[in-house]
Amino acid sequence: MQLILEKRAERSKTVALASPLIAIGLTIVTMTILFMVLGKNPISALYVYFIVPLADGYSLQEIAVKATPLVMIAIGLSLCYLANAWNIGAEGQFLMGAVAGSWIAVKTQGTGAGHWVLPAMLLLGALAGALYALIPAICKVRFGASEILTSLMLVYVVDLLLDYLVRGPWRDPQGFNFPTTAEFDPVATVPTLIEGGRLHLGSILALVVVAAGAVLLGKTIKGFEIRVVGAAPRAARFGGFNANQLILLTFAISGALSGLAGIIEVAGPVGHLQPGISPGYGFTAIIVAFLGRLNPIGILIAGLFLALTFIGGEQAQITMKIPLDVTKVFQGILLFYVLACDSLILYRFRIVSSSPQVARGAH
Amino acid sequence: MRDTTSAAPHTSATPLLQTVGLTKRYGSFLANDKIDLDVWPQQIHALLGENGAGKSTLVKAIYGLVQPSDGGLRWEGQTMVLSGPSQARARGIGMVFQHFSLFENLTVAENVALGLDGKESFKEMSARLQQVSRSYGLPLDPKREVWQLSVGERQRIEIVRALMQNPKFLILDEPTAVLTPQEADQLFVVLERLKSEGRAILYISHKLEEVRRLCDTATILRGGKKVSTCNPKAETAASLARMMVGTEIKQVKPAASREITVPRLVINDLNLEPEDPHGVHLRDISMELRGGEILGIAGVAGNGQDELFAALSGERLARDPGTIVIEGIAAGHLSISRRRKLGAAFVPEERLGHGTAPRMRLSENALLTGHAAGNMVQHGFVNTAATLNAVDRATETFDVRKAKRDPEAASLSGGNLQKFIVGREILRNPAVLVVSQPTWGVDAGAAAVIRQALLDLAAAGAAVLVTSQDLDELIEISDRIAVMFHGRLSASLPTAEASREKLGLLMGGSSLETKEQAHAADT
Repeated sequence: MQLILEKRAERSKTVALASPLIAIGLTIVTMTILFMVLGKNPISALYVYFIVPLADGYSLQEIAVKATPLVMIAIGLSLCYLANAWNIGAEGQFLMGAVAGSWIAVKTQGTGAGHWVLPAMLLLGALAGALYALIPAICKVRFGASEILTSLMLVYVVDLLLDYLVRGPWRDPQGFNFPTTAEFDPVATVPTLIEGGRLHLGSILALVVVAAGAVLLGKTIKGFEIRVVGAAPRAARFGGFNANQLILLTFAISGALSGLAGIIEVAGPVGHLQPGISPGYGFTAIIVAFLGRLNPIGILIAGLFLALTFIGGEQAQITMKIPLDVTKVFQGILLFYVLACDSLILYRFRIVSSSPQVARGAH
Repeated sequence: MRDTTSAAPHTSATPLLQTVGLTKRYGSFLANDKIDLDVWPQQIHALLGENGAGKSTLVKAIYGLVQPSDGGLRWEGQTMVLSGPSQARARGIGMVFQHFSLFENLTVAENVALGLDGKESFKEMSARLQQVSRSYGLPLDPKREVWQLSVGERQRIEIVRALMQNPKFLILDEPTAVLTPQEADQLFVVLERLKSEGRAILYISHKLEEVRRLCDTATILRGGKKVSTCNPKAETAASLARMMVGTEIKQVKPAASREITVPRLVINDLNLEPEDPHGVHLRDISMELRGGEILGIAGVAGNGQDELFAALSGERLARDPGTIVIEGIAAGHLSISRRRKLGAAFVPEERLGHGTAPRMRLSENALLTGHAAGNMVQHGFVNTAATLNAVDRATETFDVRKAKRDPEAASLSGGNLQKFIVGREILRNPAVLVVSQPTWGVDAGAAAVIRQALLDLAAAGAAVLVTSQDLDELIEISDRIAVMFHGRLSASLPTAEASREKLGLLMGGSSLETKEQAHAADT
């Protein structure tokens, strides 16, 4: 008996759809073992993680709020990854968007500026994210520097910039020395959709981004270029598509969406600029992109699922004293299984009966 | 199945090597189906078959690279199980692969040393290398780096490396595919010598004339099964081809008369340094191709054909726009898409990964080269109906066999994918078609369809440039033939005057070099 991995003639569509589900299943099995090792009841832990947040309206709104930045960032990342451009620095572009957009909010604070403030913040946030993402992209195209390293390192640069700003020039004078800006004015705040609720306009914007991503990839020649450049670079060149141009383009779009997500987060749910505005949205979005099969609709579903783990993780910390870091472990295991299960799209398992037989006797 | 006795009587009682009901399964695919093969000492045994007939799988099993799923090997009458090539070499089985495994930046001696299992010192090994190469008439300088050597010389390294292990049984995989006719003749002398020393040779080829000349016995495979073992000298090339293909091959018919019109593709003194350091520098290439004409470019692989294709297609841009003129317009500086809009079409050598994106559907691969001109893209949006329509038209016109309407490119067989690619370009009604190795690794039926399509395209008024290493193919379809050597293109000869000998000399660079010497002597 031998288990062999065998190449399929074509990509299997069934497995392409099933692979994320298999990965989720395997992750839950692994988590069950982990909870048992931690001495917690796995059934109730999983119940708190996955069922409790779905049971009340407040949590459901919170899932949508958390999914908003994840989905927005992941749509941009999926374009990069399809084009074989490895943007790992969405977290940095998210923070850069937040910082740049906040600059308008801080400067117009209390000046009675009109309704142009929020649109200007969103635009500037997106622009700053795009420009920040173009740094690793240009280094890649011009000098051949690995965009994986440069984009990741730039995360820490803007992280420290944000830290400096809220502890120094932008600190709220009435803030008891906490490292935070003052609460943004109402004209600098993303409106909520439900009176007194948490759900905000950004969630609608995220849906628009999903739709735009689906149209771009499925219907336009640009989307086709992005897919070919990643899937078969030499064929793309033969087709007349410029790989370097597409690296710049996908990084710019991805940076813009991350930056937009950043400023929406600050001007929406958070309401002011402070360190720790992101629980790692930019990194978790990498998981969302792959779990969603780099497909816009898939990313929407994956974003909601990963948001669920954030909320579930908080619940589990409160009710079962399970450390919040377990959520990150969960997400890491999930990415591991998603990537592993992907090989089943192009390959299948086969059981072979025995080792090769040798010739016996005369023929 | 028939088994005629081979011409020469055997010198020993048992075959040197036998495969007994050898079967190799890849998933549900049977690459080898119960193959019985006897190879005797002092025999040159041809293994004939089309691409995909199972030749490579069979020799890989003999060389220990793949394990048979069923059946097995016998060596000098004894059962033999090989777990890897080093065991095969230890028995006295050597192999020269079609694709060389040489390190370009190492010297000849270093490359040979890397391929040997022995324990002798580098110095002793170098001395033995020189001795072996001299005694077989395969001259090699052990100190030269491989990248400086011609393809023929590189093959010599592989052969000498195999001979240094003193094999009783030598496998050669398509050894003449990369040689000029004269180089092939030299190789045959060496092989006859090896045979007279009592060694057995398994000779893989699809060149039938060559097999008839050289081999004592031929085993023909088709679709993974043995069709026949026969004496090739008693057969004709046509009867061997029939056994290989299974049916009569259609002859291509050139149009009765073709009108030669205006120049549609002109190259003016093209010089282009290579992108990678071991590439070929294109030098002083000029030619003119008129509508209604097919120009064949012959040459041993690696003499600048790939570089010329890239320069013509626009994958590499020339500095001076005037060096390449398409339909009367200077195009040297234009991208591949702009050149397509001028009416040019291109078919590269590599089907998967260059001509098509392997894991994308045929309709998407139609879009790959069709987006620049025509109605496939409107305001940035893809017209899916138009791309599917292009697939359907290519399927119908060129008999592309596939499992469903729009499968992934990689799921098609080589021949069908090539028919699709050629069809995709021809159905765009190009004024100029540049095609590289149009029937490389393609079954005989598909090859005939493709060659006929090229002839018909020229008859319809297009200018067709065909690069190929298959001289027979070029002689069959071209009006004129030019030869590439060391990045230079010879003047073209009318096909009627282009004998294999003349072309062979040009492929070896002789007449070009004498011209150069004469020129050097003048100045």
